[in-house]
Amino acid sequence: MEPTSPVIARRRVLVGVAGAGAVGLLTQFAARGAGATPEAAKALLQTLAKGEPKEGRIAIRAPEIAENGNAVPVTVAVESPMTDKDHVTAIHVVADGNPNPGVASFTLTPLSGKAEVQIRVRMASTQKIVAVAQMSDGSLWTATREVKVTIGGCGG
Amino acid sequence: MADDIKPRIRVPANPKKGEVIEVKTLITHPMETGQRKDAAGATIPRKIVNTMTVTFNGKPVFQAKLEPAISANPYLSFHMRAEESGTLSFTWKDDDGAEYKAEQKIAVT
Repeated sequence: MEPTSPVIARRRVLVGVAGAGAVGLLTQFAARGAGATPEAAKALLQTLAKGEPKEGRIAIRAPEIAENGNAVPVTVAVESPMTDKDHVTAIHVVADGNPNPGVASFTLTPLSGKAEVQIRVRMASTQKIVAVAQMSDGSLWTATREVKVTIGGCGG
Repeated sequence: MADDIKPRIRVPANPKKGEVIEVKTLITHPMETGQRKDAAGATIPRKIVNTMTVTFNGKPVFQAKLEPAISANPYLSFHMRAEESGTLSFTWKDDDGAEYKAEQKIAVT
């Protein structure tokens, strides 16, 4: 990821001003080359929950701008009565801008009462979080949310 | 530094029968990603808590599979319907095979 335009280069300088070492981190990631892409994240979701999920029923709550990518609070809430007949069986969370796309997978039961989970996620850069919920009737639902990260949370 | 690893759990003190409560958990753990390098340039091996399993009176309630993208000292909160008094049992599994356990009693009113 060489600086391709003056705009990006300038932005990088600004990031450097905002937090010492951030530029170093970015170049470190650039040198590593490997990283999750939206395609990789999608492919991983297919292995976790096969099928075509529909948009909706999930709310992802996360800050719009995270100053520190080391621990970004992310809440995933799925609309469901959580009864024996109709409940969420699994929630999968991936992110498309980290070295690896996987974040976490949760298995829920009717005992959960409410399908809402909070975690803290490392984010290397500004990226999208995608959640997929699997219901007891087999249907899949998905939602996406972008989080802007000022200082990446990885390495250092 | 296995002796530094300490789980913490917080639940409401006296939930009403049938109430859905939030269970907050945190375990002190470095969650080493396997991406970092030490001063000599050698990769620091991955060491994370990869699974958390929760049962209530022996029945499964919740399970989480975690990846290196989870922050150090992983905080995790989930919900549970408190139908009866009993004991919540937590097990965290480490990459190195170690297991950390904790229990939390719940008394419904």
